[in-house]
Amino acid sequence: MTDASLVVTDLRVEFSGFVAVGGVSFDAHPGEVRFLIGPNGAGKTTCIDAITGLTKGTGSARLGDTELLGRPVHKIVRLGVGRTFQTASVFDELTVLQNLDIAAGLHRSSVSLLRARRGVDRSIEQALEETGLAGEPATPAGILSHGQKQWLEIAMLLVQDAKVLLLDEPVAGMSHDERTATGELLQRIAARRIVLVVEHDMDFMRRFATRVTVLHQGRVLSQGTVAEVQADPQVQEVYLGTAGAATTAAMAVVLERED
Amino acid sequence: MTKKPWISLGGIGVFAVLLLAVAPLVLTDHWLNNLGKYCCWAIAAVGIGLAWGRGGMLVMGQGVFFALGAYAMAMHLTLETAGDRVPGFMVLYDPLAPLPMFWEPFRSAGFTLAAIVGLPVVVAGALGYALFKRRVKGAYFAILTQALAVALAVLISSTIRETGGDTGLSDFKYFFGFVLNDPANRLMVYLIAAALLIVCLLAVWQFYRSRFGELLVATRDAEERVRFLGYDPANVKLVAFVVSALMASIGGAMFVPIVGIITPAEIGAAASILMIAGVALGGRASLFGPALGAIAVGWGQSSLGSTWPDGWPYILGLLFIVVILFLPNGLSSLPARFAAARRKPDVPPTPVIAAAELEEVRS
Amino acid sequence: MDGLIAPLLNGSAQGALLLLAALGLSLTFGQMGVINMAHGEFLMIGAFSAYLVQQVITASGLSIPVALPVAFVVAGLFGLLLEVTIIRWMYRRPLDTLLVTVGVGLILQQAALQIFPSQGVPVEKPRWLDGQLTILGYSWPMRQLFTILLATVCVAALSAWLKYTSFGRRIRATVHNRDLAETTGISTRGIDRLTFFVGSGLAGVAGVAASLIGGTNSQMGAQYIIPAFLVVAAGGIGQLKGTVIAAWAVGVALAFFAYWTTGSLAQVLAFILVIVFLQLRPQGLFTVRTRSLA
Repeated sequence: MTDASLVVTDLRVEFSGFVAVGGVSFDAHPGEVRFLIGPNGAGKTTCIDAITGLTKGTGSARLGDTELLGRPVHKIVRLGVGRTFQTASVFDELTVLQNLDIAAGLHRSSVSLLRARRGVDRSIEQALEETGLAGEPATPAGILSHGQKQWLEIAMLLVQDAKVLLLDEPVAGMSHDERTATGELLQRIAARRIVLVVEHDMDFMRRFATRVTVLHQGRVLSQGTVAEVQADPQVQEVYLGTAGAATTAAMAVVLERED
Repeated sequence: MTKKPWISLGGIGVFAVLLLAVAPLVLTDHWLNNLGKYCCWAIAAVGIGLAWGRGGMLVMGQGVFFALGAYAMAMHLTLETAGDRVPGFMVLYDPLAPLPMFWEPFRSAGFTLAAIVGLPVVVAGALGYALFKRRVKGAYFAILTQALAVALAVLISSTIRETGGDTGLSDFKYFFGFVLNDPANRLMVYLIAAALLIVCLLAVWQFYRSRFGELLVATRDAEERVRFLGYDPANVKLVAFVVSALMASIGGAMFVPIVGIITPAEIGAAASILMIAGVALGGRASLFGPALGAIAVGWGQSSLGSTWPDGWPYILGLLFIVVILFLPNGLSSLPARFAAARRKPDVPPTPVIAAAELEEVRS
Repeated sequence: MDGLIAPLLNGSAQGALLLLAALGLSLTFGQMGVINMAHGEFLMIGAFSAYLVQQVITASGLSIPVALPVAFVVAGLFGLLLEVTIIRWMYRRPLDTLLVTVGVGLILQQAALQIFPSQGVPVEKPRWLDGQLTILGYSWPMRQLFTILLATVCVAALSAWLKYTSFGRRIRATVHNRDLAETTGISTRGIDRLTFFVGSGLAGVAGVAASLIGGTNSQMGAQYIIPAFLVVAAGGIGQLKGTVIAAWAVGVALAFFAYWTTGSLAQVLAFILVIVFLQLRPQGLFTVRTRSLA
């Protein structure tokens, strides 16, 4: 699909004097499930907000050769950068199929918008299949389960053929089985796309992350594979106060309490 | 709507037969002329339904676009009546007054028709672009549009020599070469207005069942979310706003030959609010609601408004309060509500049912 | 210079009247995010209250000072009634509330038309407002000075009330964050009612000031509602400071436009000016900073 990588360099976001993100750099490539973790207020969601144009940031966020910062939201989406939200935001009054159809309309000509929908796009069928929603095309999105709504959001990004998927806490509130299904889905998607996940759930992170970036108070604390990050004394110190004595399990508990 | 579009299309067919064939046979000339007037309001109302009901933009100043069409038409008809001379009201104060520059092109029938279509598109396009790109919405948008209607009405009132001021433009003798006094020609004018209403209904019918219609509803309900799907909501809203302005202009243009006069009172704040009243009553988001509601309110205005002038404003005020408070989707949502109460599947509102409901309310 | 002093002073008085009309609107709009379109009719109620007070207290020197608090309470009670009967049911539907209050306005207008003579009623100016004050060679009517004083007093009283009383602090807390205010134990229902009472009452006070110009009739409220809203929008929601500046600016602009062109053209130009301004600054002069998506 794409060889381009998402490269974020020295990203800074300020809210009237308050530095929410203070010079964060990381990159994400196709073929890996990239995790962004950290306690509340670490600036994870703000990073995503800045990359997607929702809040203003300085520094650089490039997809391949294209600079994303400074563009309006919908233009960034059209460059292939899609995101989901912490609280699933789908169009409750429309059916699953209509939701996907609106998402797919991104690449349609404006004249075809004036026509009624006939049949179902191939890409929509594939996305329904992939996300396990194949049985629900006519269901109003409002009555889907919480997990299904998240999958619908991911499916909407798939029909848009997004090169980059930025997922904000996709498994929050999901059952264990749903988490596993979501993780496997992300691994499949990541084969050909860039997948960046913001998460609190350490168990989920350990099972599915390829590489992890730990944010703390708006800065990158540590970066690497799951094992590397967990072994990083700095990470342990920040989360537990006493270096060395930390076990990763304890760290996970603390982090989940922060949630 | 999207489930059974063909039933709605059949409904439009029934409505067309009623307006174009039945009404001319059963109604007196006086009432047919009145119905023509209601049709003009209904055309504007269909546009309001699109912008407000489906798009969430409360357009409280449709009088502006109604005025663009109406005054373009009225200027042409005035010039046609005056022939080579300068219109009478202009020489009232100064016998040698020349025709103002901006009147000159309206001598041409082609230019006039182009202006009726083009002016609202340009004005609504520019205004909508400016407002929507700056994300002006909600109450701000509503009041700004109403402020424009007030401003335009004041402007016209104060330019007596150029626009006729408060007395407006009237006494048209010809309509594109046809003598307006001739009953056959009056019937023709009515039929044009009714046909245009049907065309507008067909247009929104197609809008509502199209992908654009779904996108418009999505934008109404979650503008930010639509942005994150790669659309600029401003453009989506702009299209709906421009189309609704165009419909208001067409309604205004037909209003002039049917009613025979256009004044600032027909386009100002009160008139713009009256246009909203019908849409609210009939059902803002439904296909037939706005048109039927506008016809009902128009009927109330000319019957109750003249036989019981002291009571009509109370009825109008209560209509706003009761309908919006208890029945936000208007009378057209009643069948579905009844159906839901009886635990039956949704019955799409057909014009016959809705019309019967309107009758009940009147009596 | 001589040519500029008259429109400047006239405009300031006009701005003060606009400010009085906009103050209450700013309060209720800031509180609930909805435009009460019947606000203009509450202003009308204030004007008619002044007339009724003069029927009882014939000494015009005394009647206006009495009329001010009476108008405040009468208009305030109407506002309270509106809040309790209708608006409380519609908090989640701000645009619909706007339309419902349009209906309320229509009913109040018609009621006034039937109760009072249709050509309107005269409100007598007290003798102490008859005089003129000469400023740089321009004879400034005392009535205009009175309007400015009244507006100043109202702004000062309102801002002191908002700042120093616990009611005022609760109102400000509710404006900033309704949900948070509720969780800290503030009865937002009570605050809404109180805000509506005070906001509508201020419209009544504005009505007394407006009645002194003449033209106390059933249509008078309709003239004020749109300009008052434009002032609130241009000033920024919930910003007293912004409302004051915007009202003064619009008033002076109106006076200068009227001086250079005609009265009605001035109105058109002032509207356009505000709309253009809102293009440049959609949030108004001053904004309350929030991090929310909406």
